Amino acid sequence: MGFLDKEFTDGNIVIAKAEDLFNWARLSSLWQVSFGLACCAIEMMATSASHYDFDRFGVIPRPSPRHADFIIISGTVTLKMATRIKRLYEQMPDPKYIISMGSCANCGGPYWEHGYHVLKGIDRVIPVDVYVPGCPPRPEALLEGLLKLQEKIRHESMIKKTA
Amino acid sequence: MKKAEEIFQLLKDNFPASNLELKTDQPTEAIIIASPLEIDKICFFLHDAPELLFDDLMNLSGVDEPKAGLLAVYYHLGSTKIKHKITLKVSTDRNKPEVSTLTEVWKSADWHEREAYDLLGIIFLNHPDLRRILMPYDWDAGYPLRKDYENPEFYQGMKVPY
Ligand code: SF4
Repeated sequence: MGFLDKEFTDGNIVIAKAEDLFNWARLSSLWQVSFGLACCAIEMMATSASHYDFDRFGVIPRPSPRHADFIIISGTVTLKMATRIKRLYEQMPDPKYIISMGSCANCGGPYWEHGYHVLKGIDRVIPVDVYVPGCPPRPEALLEGLLKLQEKIRHESMIKKTA
Repeated sequence: MKKAEEIFQLLKDNFPASNLELKTDQPTEAIIIASPLEIDKICFFLHDAPELLFDDLMNLSGVDEPKAGLLAVYYHLGSTKIKHKITLKVSTDRNKPEVSTLTEVWKSADWHEREAYDLLGIIFLNHPDLRRILMPYDWDAGYPLRKDYENPEFYQGMKVPY
């Protein structure tokens, strides 16, 4: 990280690269759009609840996309919903991230062949940062997905374009 | 409590001009087959007659029968007061599927009929609000639960097949 290790040696002064500081701040308080879709959403809610406690990673569900840093696409995306998700995504302020949770959001899941109403992967509509496999993924898997997203943000650069 | 045969007899007596038929060779409950444009009158009677009192439309579902060239609607009725049940069926031409609405008899028929319209394209005559209910409002590729339905390649620029 580069700055936390200098924290206590120089009294109250912390030396850091601006980039590291911003990335650290950003990844430590990822606010999520309060948004769930299908059975995966139940698992996402379990992840937010006290046993798995998403909050310890700074993840708080926000009622408006305007407050949010990332969105978890947690479940089956119907074609009707896909147009709404696109709008939600466009309403979120930059920088914004997406976790695609579960087989449905990844590739259509059980509806991949006969789901006349299902979008076969949310990445056909919005860009995905982390894919979490499973049907549904366990809370541990979603937590791992979040850690992967944090890892991605930690190495972001203000000058180099990443997304 | 009335048996299917008794209910059928009551209907016969009250609608002598109607084309009614009782099918009992079913693995489930007996089915009364009625004509699609009279189903509202029959259901008003089933709902109001004091010895029947079918106050509950438990289910309404459309079925595609392409071999017979028909679209059918099944009605599962129940009475919470007398505790008897009956199943009705109407069949209509697949090319001009028109059935009278039951929204005047049971309010719950409204969304069920919209669903049958949305997925099978059955037109419920005099329905107050016959719009799609599950598929997008601008879905123009047809009715997905028909056996000969083909999914479109794209919807609003999104690729639909896998
Ligand atoms: S991936 Fe499985 S658990 Fe998740 S929404 Fe789809 S069907 Fe439900």
